This record gives sequence, structure tokens and C-alpha cells, in this order.
Amino acid sequence: MYGRLLATFRHGILRPKIPYCWLSSSQRRALVTEAEASFQAPTMMHRRMPTTTRMEFVPANAHDGIPMYSILNKDGTVADGAEDPKLDKDLLLRMYTKMMQMNIIDHIMYESQRQGRISFYMTHYGEEGVLIGSAAALDDKDLVYVQYREYGVLLWRGFTLNQTMQQCYSTMYDYGKGRQMPIHYGSTQHHFVTVSSTLATQMPQAVGTAYAYKMSQKKQCVACYFGDGAASEGDAHAAFNFAGTLSVPIIFICRNNGYAISTPTHEQYSCDGIAARGPSYGLTTIRVDGQDILAMYQAMQESRRFVLEEQKPILIEAMTYRIGHHSTSDDSTAYRSVDEVRTWDEQGHPITRLRHYLMDRGYWTEQQDKELQTAFKKEVLQTIKEVEKVPKPPIRDLFTDVYKDMPPHLEEQMKYMMGHVKQYRDQYPVDLFAKEQS
Amino acid sequence: MSLTCLRFTVRAFLRKKVSHRRLQWEQLASGCELQKRSAGHFTFVPDTPSSSDGETARLNLYQAITNALDITLSNDPTAVIFGEDVAFGGVFRCTVGLQDKYGKHRVFNTPLCEQGIAGFGIGMAVAGATAVAEMQFADYIFPAFDQLVNEAAKYRYRSGGLFNCGGLTVRAPCGAVGHGALYHSQSPEAFFAHVPGLRIVMPRGPIQAKGLLRACVQDPDPCIFFEPKILYRLAVEQVPLKDYTLPLGKAQVLQEGDDITLVGWGTQVHVLREVAQMVQDKLNASCELIDLCTLMPWDKETVANSVRKTGRLLVAHEAPLTAGLGAEIAAAIQEECFLSLEAPVQRVTGFDTPFPHIFEPFYLPDKWRCFDAIKKIMNY
Repeated sequence: MYGRLLATFRHGILRPKIPYCWLSSSQRRALVTEAEASFQAPTMMHRRMPTTTRMEFVPANAHDGIPMYSILNKDGTVADGAEDPKLDKDLLLRMYTKMMQMNIIDHIMYESQRQGRISFYMTHYGEEGVLIGSAAALDDKDLVYVQYREYGVLLWRGFTLNQTMQQCYSTMYDYGKGRQMPIHYGSTQHHFVTVSSTLATQMPQAVGTAYAYKMSQKKQCVACYFGDGAASEGDAHAAFNFAGTLSVPIIFICRNNGYAISTPTHEQYSCDGIAARGPSYGLTTIRVDGQDILAMYQAMQESRRFVLEEQKPILIEAMTYRIGHHSTSDDSTAYRSVDEVRTWDEQGHPITRLRHYLMDRGYWTEQQDKELQTAFKKEVLQTIKEVEKVPKPPIRDLFTDVYKDMPPHLEEQMKYMMGHVKQYRDQYPVDLFAKEQS
Repeated sequence: MSLTCLRFTVRAFLRKKVSHRRLQWEQLASGCELQKRSAGHFTFVPDTPSSSDGETARLNLYQAITNALDITLSNDPTAVIFGEDVAFGGVFRCTVGLQDKYGKHRVFNTPLCEQGIAGFGIGMAVAGATAVAEMQFADYIFPAFDQLVNEAAKYRYRSGGLFNCGGLTVRAPCGAVGHGALYHSQSPEAFFAHVPGLRIVMPRGPIQAKGLLRACVQDPDPCIFFEPKILYRLAVEQVPLKDYTLPLGKAQVLQEGDDITLVGWGTQVHVLREVAQMVQDKLNASCELIDLCTLMPWDKETVANSVRKTGRLLVAHEAPLTAGLGAEIAAAIQEECFLSLEAPVQRVTGFDTPFPHIFEPFYLPDKWRCFDAIKKIMNY
């Protein structure tokens, strides 16, 4: 019975059914009779669906086993049957350098938080390939909406170390004026929408922007990143469905890294990952090996071509692994084994894979690797040293930008606060903040 | 049965469903055709446009909204209107004819998902477009609460002004309608008035609706525009046909008086107008009537100036009492006008219950409850 169900599905006969209550009994009879003669009924709203006289259920695992597109083996060799994309050497080296830089910044900033120099941090360990691979295939002007673990896209686009540290250290030169937690980056110049902590809220927003791009016939697309956990939010459903029905040029990139804080994916969903949901929303979908930057790049490049030409959405599920803790407020050994983490770190890490690939081709050497690391570490530490001396933004920035212009009641509250702080100056860390202009 | 025939049947079925639904809401909007209960809850008094306003037309509230949306779409090529069922004209007819005039890309249906509608609108606004989103009823705005409160309201602030969604306006029919019960009657303005970054607006009639909606659309901050649905067909006045805006954040003194200040918004303004007449007739006292118009940020100055003159204040709203917007106004005014007040500030509001079906006449802060409260204040 079960095998037959599956076989039926594979032949593509089973499709969403119109509820029978919508049809009169005579229509129902008509459908059934004509079905006997292979009648292909045009039915609800442009959807064709065949009818059947056999009662067959679509099995819950009907969509299981969407394969993962991969080019590189764990040792950096090209897999049997895969085609080496033979990317430009400069591009490959830039990808590698950026992944290394992400990794070094992560190490130093993580330590920085441990020493109490910044309040919070989130690393990207293991997910460097997804981020740099996808960013490299986008046009730098494609608007990017992210969750929070996507610094690589900004780094790829030339967001400087200085800008990065100003944000994490909440200085007066932080674009966000020190209002948000560390790693909540944003930059209009880099077409990177400011991060917010609320999960998945960026997803329907990204669809809205893509619709505006389509309307204005702007030849850009929107890229929207999110994690496997965020995909459980209602906003993810809204975004997929709106993207499908309104047909917009958007690439959804799911970083499926196995965990949402402590929750493993088997407690997150009971289907074949996020990719299996794509087709049911009308999204063209692919699952990619996120540890393989070449596969990620190739899939992303093709996705971009597709969404721009067809003005239709794409879903990419990038399979990866969160090697680091969820954040500096999390100790992941409380819910997963050190061995599990080590396996992912040592076998097929995206950086190591590409390093092998580059070395095999004579594009890179151990020596160069060491030099890159030493030089970049020095640069990061130097930047931190400078940024740590920069004052925090002026205190009045607590009140600006709530509205475009400050309404009278806020003006009143600001005046009160300034007066109060002046009177109780010793009780507040006033000296850390930039002097008021007026 | 042939293919065509089946298709026709389904279409006919859908059409029937839609027209049935439209009929249902038209009856709801008109308030008292099916059920007489709501008759007499208030009397709409039309405003008179000034002679300098140019050509006018007799429009009801929904037609004034359509007119404002029409102007928006024709003036601004980036403007779009979307929501559930807006394409065929909307369940309250506010968007009738707009899709035919401006095309399917500019006036369109979305899937039935409020959080998606709000998020989508924010995204359009982030791209610099003008997005006018519709929530079918204010009662169903809560699934979008997260998008409106955590996202729309905080976009400019959290990005240090780099990004904003000021181009977003959310329209939502609100308020009592005679028999809307729990989920077709709510006035959720206080939930949103607690959120820095949003502008909350509610008009009392067609002239106001057009001017304030146009102002919301052009305002650089995200706005929520609540439309009292009982007024959609019932409120008719001569509305200027030209494009005009009314200032946000400004209350209107509709009637000057010396003995007590009455503050309300939306339909309640009309209740209070009648109450003012009753107070004049029965108590020989004169009321100063203020329509707050913008509920966040609200015009404290105008209200405070009035209370300094009259020494007494009554705030009335349909929403429940506890933590309603009346509480904010009462607290702010007692702080601002303590030495002028001759009686405690009174709030006449809906009760702290869900909005009931059959008990609506006992729930609403009608003219008799308002009148009685004023009598007590005057005798304090």
C-alpha cells in the first residue's frame, strides 16, 4: 500500500485537492465518471489537478530526500561526476581571504566579550562558506536582509574593520548610534538592511522590497537570509507565500546549521528540512552543501540569474553546522557533545576545504596562510585599540530618530533628562559620552 | 459536464460568495438596517468646508477614503494599495474602481495573513515606495502587532536613521458597529499609542478622513489610520475634491465653551457633540469639545490650554477603561493643570470586558453615561 502511494506521488499525479464541499453532488459524480476516462479537470484558480477513483493519501515523507548539491569533497578534491567550475583565481583567493578574516575577527571579538570589553557577540564558525559563497555571487547593490549571523556578506562588500568595531563597541561613529546590541550591523552604502533581534521579521519585508524592485523595473534582486529555527516563525510562512503569489525577484537563503540555540532540527520540524517546503509555496528550490563554497557560489549565481529573468522567487537551503556556541550568552556543551562539534570542525570545514582546493592548484601556500593570519590579527587588534578610545554617542541620541522630527513630548522628556543628569552628574557615566554639540 | 461549464459554475459560486459577503458588511456598516439596536447611539453632524476649499462633492466616509487613495495613486507612481480583498473594491468599498484605474500591480490582493501584509508594507517602504496596507478589521491587526511594534516603529531609531519605513500607512476599520461583537468592534488604539515611533490617527468624518489620510501617506513616519466603520456610509458631507492635508499631531477645538472640556475621537466625537447640547439645555453649562484626531503623539497643548480655561475634563472612548488612552490623557492633564482643575478628571469608556454582541447598548459610553458623568463633575 505504502509503496504504491509513493509511486503514485512520483508520477506526479497527486496534487492539492479542491475540497469536495465546494462542488455539488452532481458535479462530484461528473468528476468521478470523467476521471475514469483520464479526464484532466481544470479546477480551482488556474491549478490543474487530475482526479482519481482510488482513495490515496500523500505520505508525510513524500518530499523526503531532496539531494544536496555539492562540488568539493571534504579534502578539497572535486567530487566524481562534479564539474570544477574553474573560477577565476583572484575571486577564489578573495573568497578564501574573506573567510579567514571572518574567522579571525570572530576569535578576537569572542575573546573581547569574554574579557568584558563588549557586551555580546555571535560567531560564524562553520558558516563562513555559506555567507562568502552567496555574497560573492550577488551584485553588491542587491539589497540584503539578514538574521544576525551574516557578517560575512558585509565583509565581502567592503564594510571596514573600523566600521565593524565601531558597531560592536557602540561608539559615536557606529552607524546605529550605539542603540542596538553588538553585531546588529547595517549600512545603506553596502545595501545591507540593519539587523534586528526579532527572528524572521525581515522575511516578509524582503518580499516587499523585492516587489518594489519589480515594480520599478530595477534590475536588482533581494537576498534574504534566515536560520532553520527562524523558518518556524509565522513570518517565514508569510514571506514564502507572498513571494510565491506576488511573484517577486527574491532569493531566500536558509542557513540550516542543525540548531536553534539548544533545539536540534528534529525538534524544529518533522519534514525534509526547509527545502521540502519550497515547492509547496511555489518556490523554485535547491539544497546546497553549505560547507562547500564552490557549490554555494554556483547555486547562488544561477539563482540570481533565474530570479532576475523570471521575476520569481528561489529558496536555497544551505546545509551547514554551527560549530560555535549560539552566542556569548550560551554554553552549547549543555546540549550537544564536544565530539559532535569536533567532527564538523575537523572534517570538511568550509575554510579547510577551500584551502586544500587552492593548494592543490598551487594558488596558495602554508606560508601565505600564516602571513595572512598574522597580519590580519595585528590589524584587528590595532583597530580595536583605536576604537576603544572613541567616545560613545552624545546622550541626546537616546531621543533622536524615534520619529523623523522630534515631537513636543519627546523634546520635553529630553530636556528633563539632560537637566537631571546635569544635577546628578556624578551618578552617571557622562564622561564616556561625546560632548553635546550645542 | 464540459470544462467551460464547470469553470463557470465555480466562478458563479465565488461571485455569489463575494456578493453575499459584501452585502453582509454593507448592512453592518449601515448599522441599523438589520438590527435597530445601534440607532440613536449618536447623530452625525456634517462639517462645513470653507469657501476657499474649492469644488466639493457629497461623499460618505468610504468614498472620501477612496478619493484620498485615488489622489495618492495618481500623484505618486511608487504608491501601491494592498491587503485582503482590496482588488474588487474592498469589503467596505473603500478601494472600488482603483484597480481598474491603476492596474493590478498597484492595487492588489495579498494572501490572508496580517503579519505578512504589515511586513510586506514595511519592505516596500524601506525601498522608498509608498505602501498603503489595509487590515480588514482593526480586530485582526494583532497578528501584525510584532511587525508594527518591533519593526515599523523602531526602524529609523535602531538603524541610526539609515533605514526607515516612513512610506507605510496601515488602514484599519475600527470601532462599534451595532452588532460586531468581539471581533468586528474593537478600538485597539491604546495598544499602539504605547509604542514610540508610530503615529496613530482616527478621523471623525469624511473631510477629516481625506485630509488626515493624505497626511499619513505623506508623513515620513509609519502611520496607523483607524477608520470608524460605522461612519463609512452614515457620515456624509461636502468634501473638497482638491488634494489637501490636515496636520498630524494637532487636535481640533470643534466647539468653544467655558465650563468643561470634552475630549474624544472617531465616532465618540459625535456622541460628545450631542452631550454638549444636552448639557447646555439641561444644565445650562457650556462645553468645549475637542477632537484629538491624532492619538499618538497627541496634542497635549491644546487639551491643557482648554482645561486651564474650563477647569474640568471628561475623556470618552469606546475602548476599555483600564490603560485606555483616557488614562494617559487624565494623568498628563492632572500633572499639567493641577492648579486649574476643579474636579477630578473623568473617563467614560467601554467596560473592562470583551466587546459583547447583544449587550452593546449597555457597553458603549453613550450620551447618557457621558451626560451623567458631566453632571457629577459639575456638582463636584
